[in-house]
Amino acid sequence: MNRFSYMRAGSIEEAVKAASADSSARFIAGGTNLVDLMKYNVERPTRLIDITRLPLNTIEDTKSGELRLGAMTTNDEVAHDPRVQSRYPLLASAILAGASPQLRNAATTGGNLLQRTRCYYFYDTGTPCNKREPGTGCPATFGRNRIHAILGTSEHCIATHPSDMCVALAALEAIIHIAGPDGERAIPMSEFHRLPGDRPEIDTTLRPGEIITAVELPPEDFVEHHTYLKLRDRLSYAFALVSVAAALRMDAGTIVEARIALGGVAHKPWRDPAAEAMLRGHPASTERFAAVADHILRDAKGFQDNAFKIDLARRGIVRALSQAAAGTPQSQTDKRIR
Amino acid sequence: MLKAQGYVGSPQNRVDGRAKVTGEARYAAEFDAPDLAYGIVISSAIAKGRIASIDISSALAIPGVVQVFTHENRSGTAWLDRNYRDETAPPGSPFRPLYDDQVVYSGQPIALVVADEYEIAAHAASLVRIAYETDTHMTDLDIKRSEAYVPPKKRSGVKAPPSPRGDAEEAFTQAPVKVHAEYRIAIEHHNPMETHASTVIYEQDGTLTIHEKTQGPQNSQSYVSSVFGLSSDQVRVVSPFIGGAFGSGLRPQYQLFLAVMAALELKRSVRVVLTRDQMFTFGYRPQAIQTVSLGANPDGMLQSIMHDAIQTTSTFEDYQEVVVNWSNLLYHCDNVKLTYRLAQVDTATPIDMRAPGAATGVTAIETAMDELAYATGIDPVELRLRNYAEVDEANKRDFSSKELRACYQLGAERFGWAQRNPEPRSMRDGRELVGWGMATGVWEAIMQKTAARAVLSADGHLEVSCATADIGTGTYTILTQIAADIMGLPMERVTTRIGDSSLPKSPVEGGSWTAASAGTAVQIACQTVRESLFKYAREMDASPLANASLEHVSFADGRIVLTNDPETGVSFTDIMRARGVDKVEAEEKASPGMMTSMRYSGYSHSAVFAEVKVDEELGIIRVTRIVSAVAAGTILNPKTARSQIIGGIVFGIGMALEEESMLDHNLGRFMNHNLAEYHVPVNADIHDIDVIFVSEHDDKLNPMGIKGLGEIGIVGTAAAIGNAIFHATGKRIRDYPITIDKLLG
Amino acid sequence: MSASQNYSSPALEKIPITLIVNGETRTIEVLPWTVLLDLLRDHLHLTGTKKGCDHGQCGACTVIADGKRINSCMALAVMKDGASITTIEGIASDGALHPLQQAFIDHDAFQCGYCTPGQICSGVTLIQEGRARTRDEIREWMSGNICRCGAYTNIVDAIEQVLGSNQEAGR
Ligand SMILES: Cc1cc2nc3c(=O)[nH]c(=O)nc-3n(C[C@H](O)[C@H](O)[C@H](O)COP(=O)(O)OP(=O)(O)OC[C@H]3O[C@@H](n4cnc5c(N)ncnc54)[C@H](O)[C@@H]3O)c2cc1C
Ligand code: SF4
Ligand code: FES
Ligand code: FES
Repeated sequence: MNRFSYMRAGSIEEAVKAASADSSARFIAGGTNLVDLMKYNVERPTRLIDITRLPLNTIEDTKSGELRLGAMTTNDEVAHDPRVQSRYPLLASAILAGASPQLRNAATTGGNLLQRTRCYYFYDTGTPCNKREPGTGCPATFGRNRIHAILGTSEHCIATHPSDMCVALAALEAIIHIAGPDGERAIPMSEFHRLPGDRPEIDTTLRPGEIITAVELPPEDFVEHHTYLKLRDRLSYAFALVSVAAALRMDAGTIVEARIALGGVAHKPWRDPAAEAMLRGHPASTERFAAVADHILRDAKGFQDNAFKIDLARRGIVRALSQAAAGTPQSQTDKRIR
Repeated sequence: MLKAQGYVGSPQNRVDGRAKVTGEARYAAEFDAPDLAYGIVISSAIAKGRIASIDISSALAIPGVVQVFTHENRSGTAWLDRNYRDETAPPGSPFRPLYDDQVVYSGQPIALVVADEYEIAAHAASLVRIAYETDTHMTDLDIKRSEAYVPPKKRSGVKAPPSPRGDAEEAFTQAPVKVHAEYRIAIEHHNPMETHASTVIYEQDGTLTIHEKTQGPQNSQSYVSSVFGLSSDQVRVVSPFIGGAFGSGLRPQYQLFLAVMAALELKRSVRVVLTRDQMFTFGYRPQAIQTVSLGANPDGMLQSIMHDAIQTTSTFEDYQEVVVNWSNLLYHCDNVKLTYRLAQVDTATPIDMRAPGAATGVTAIETAMDELAYATGIDPVELRLRNYAEVDEANKRDFSSKELRACYQLGAERFGWAQRNPEPRSMRDGRELVGWGMATGVWEAIMQKTAARAVLSADGHLEVSCATADIGTGTYTILTQIAADIMGLPMERVTTRIGDSSLPKSPVEGGSWTAASAGTAVQIACQTVRESLFKYAREMDASPLANASLEHVSFADGRIVLTNDPETGVSFTDIMRARGVDKVEAEEKASPGMMTSMRYSGYSHSAVFAEVKVDEELGIIRVTRIVSAVAAGTILNPKTARSQIIGGIVFGIGMALEEESMLDHNLGRFMNHNLAEYHVPVNADIHDIDVIFVSEHDDKLNPMGIKGLGEIGIVGTAAAIGNAIFHATGKRIRDYPITIDKLLG
Repeated sequence: MSASQNYSSPALEKIPITLIVNGETRTIEVLPWTVLLDLLRDHLHLTGTKKGCDHGQCGACTVIADGKRINSCMALAVMKDGASITTIEGIASDGALHPLQQAFIDHDAFQCGYCTPGQICSGVTLIQEGRARTRDEIREWMSGNICRCGAYTNIVDAIEQVLGSNQEAGR
């Protein structure tokens, strides 16, 4: 780990000010991603701004019916909060599918949004990587890419965003609340993460100095018809090869509203509004689900090791939609897939 | 629990259990020393070439940095590579850390940064700048297999394939039923939970006490002595606890060399701990490409067995293991051709990993046998029984004991094998396809020359000692049990000391030979003490045992008593007081030639039955049940024995479904070098495991009939799971691990 | 929380923090980059907490911080200022083993013992969390602790036994 100075932010303003003043400063929350990367010398901040003591650790109802998760709430707190469990079981399930109990106790809502890719090369300073060192190349494209993206890749980077929580947030159309040098703003989840394009070093649309203050969950909660299906190389404590958050609102057997978000397949949680539209107004059927899957994956492109993900994603989407339609969400403890 | 007799064979809690559950057990990196310095290893980024320059100035400029050792400034050590050869080294030139500017594999250690504190060393290490001149490397076995060769020099202790018998090619051509396929096993890394570490304590008199993660304290000691030109009394290696090893601790690893080098140079105590990533920068289970051809009659009787294996080794050592011999050892056949070759790749030298060779070779033959079962329509268990080998056909020796038939039978019963519908895809549980598969396991029962000491003190306390190790195998406990039984003492009054090079001579702890070897040595040493003590007792004035003979007395509760009149006897304390001695001691050796073992073939066996459930559309596999019936001679402690088998099975589940060190051939580098991406089983992966110990009497191998249990649990497990997956899905995957992509592909 | 504290360069300045370690309040000076795990092992000589990966991937370093199990390798010590930390050395009380420690011995829930302190800290917290009921749940919520020796079934047996006897006691 490199040397850095440490400050404990006493207020949001102070945190923002400190971050704006020094472009190589970083906020630190749970530290489960940042400390990890610092130990590998992938991140070398000159200053850490500890934001864990900011008053952002509450979960509150808003007047307009949203549930607001403070950025410092931990993954564990959110997943086990009775309001989240009863109103946003999809989010609770996705969080519980990720990492381990220990990590979830430390990981925060804000940090989880900003965790970086698990690409092997990104993590290994002994190899080139455009995301870590722009312009050095992307060895993953022609190397080992079992865990890499099949959608939205560029010639510069084929990394994925590894979060489970974010996949559920994408399906729920959460809003990310931000404070920055220019005041506060909000970014819809779909615009928060970006595709790599020719700037793979930039993961999100967050601007320098900005801090995430909260994540707001809209009232539409999909309690009846949802699932989070995570497919991976072992049954727990592994990142998703492919994951699917499916959320449906149904009325007398007809799908009225549909959301599908995929994890493990792209540089961001993957949504496809046109595919979702294909479900509205139709009854649940495997054929339609398969057509939707094909549509989502129409431009999918596999590499040496990961072409299987296209087929896996197709199967996963169909199953997740079936689970959601049937109202039988995937258990995260009983590993049998329903 | 005060129980004077009968510990051997009964389930006993580990004697080191309390130390392990309270955190008191100390491992190599946990010994402190005044003024201890911390070393961090820098690993090569390239696979082949030379270090053009290495700039250590910014690192040295950091306050608290003591030195940065490189090939340019390291002190003189031994020049001859034979000085670097350890007890278990394969033929070739051992890797010599910081020897010169040559890079021979990715991840090779190229510098050691030593600082007053760990954090300082870690920071300074990130400031060392290295420029390389790269050469073309090759790590792809699929390309190198065309250059495979039969190793010219055999590795000691590794049996070469027996010469061919009959005409296997012709018999195969003629056989009405044929199975012919290629089987692949990926590279695996041991990844014990404790990373390799050495704490070298530089004593005031210049001698070294080394706390080292090793399976052989004396192997490490002689390596250090020979490389650094020290006499053996200048080096003591102490390893009371080892956080797993599975073979990775059989050879002294480079952190030992570097820590000793730095300590000698700096005249200061130094600790070097490898990172988890660096656990991928030395030995591994080699990648194997195997071809098995089985020819049989329609009744399943084998007419021809051909088994060829090609494995990776490094460019500087010919690592070898026994891969193909098992095929004919398990099955009777008159036409047999077994071949074994190596191909060199630019990686570190492989190193024995749990059931080296057998885990690989038996996976192939046992998958092929399942294919033959389907080709002939014969039940897999029945097929194996029909071809059961009654003698070791390679040398026509009898087996010292072999209860494999009972393993098949008891395992099948417990598993409920009779309920199996052999048709693939015929059994279901909701959305999941259910598969039942089985395989055979086998491992050699080896004994090695080992010495042990037993010392009975006047207070009635017994200490037994031997320079072997306990890597989680339960050695402390079984030696205590054996000693307590012989001396008639409660286990609480017996202390076992192992893991110290200053103790009586022992080979490395491996190959499942420790229980038989150290166990026998302890047994003999205790028997000698027992005899002396009895002699003293008889010679006491007015001894109540004056006319007794050893057969008519019992040792119980710290006394020698007449067996048929337990009221009559004397206590150990009284005997020693009368004799005027404060201890009775003996050091004895056990060796393989002591019994008839050389005239017999000794093997442990198992029958493994696996149930998998596979989501039909998604290809997610769950191993829901394993039954393993093991025949391994005398089971000294069913509790720790069961744990060893379970551990082997969990390893086998990893091998079957998860474990693969992925090489990027462009870079010549393992890329998933961490525990997040190199998957070993986690708790959620492991369901019911049922272990049956089949009773097996062996009076040929060693006095107690011990065969050892460290390896047998893994052997056959991967094949049983692969066979179950075929039964579930109708898909035969011959490329381990069987990951979701292969199943869907 | 308290007013901001700004520790800027020179970065080598140590920062005083207070930790309650196994019930004992300790004031310690740490550098910003000192990791809790290394503080415990190297500086406080509490080597019961293990380092298996140093990257949150194995659970060997699990300690209990303010009642929650965490990976101490992922926590900067300075950020834990004021926290109460229980390590394996603080699980037994006055020499009497915690029931889970005894259950680990009785069920032979370890072999090499290296993952064991982390397993026990994790298991003790799992029991306190009070969520796990079934073996499936124990397995999943103990999956943050890798045991390469493969003692998993015995670990689940040990935890199940303590959960069971707690439930009986609660009746
Ligand atoms: C072995 C392992 C396995 C894992 N498995 C999974 C998994 O299966 N699924 C999954 O989803 N995740 C997984 N994770 C990732 C884990 O969820 C993330 O590390 C965690 O969510 C990050 O949160 P944190 O609070 O610790 O972030 P930190 O490490 O503190 O911060 C991460 C980044 O976010 C920035 N940041 C943090 N908070 C804010 C804020 N409020 N405003 C602005 N910037 C901020 C930091 O500057 C930093 O760049 C795993 C992690 C590990 C180590
Ligand atoms: S995929 Fe992206 S993160 Fe990975 S090596 Fe390529 S550029 Fe780097
Ligand atoms: S050492 Fe902390 S999780 Fe492995
Ligand atoms: S007991 Fe050895 S790793 Fe768990």
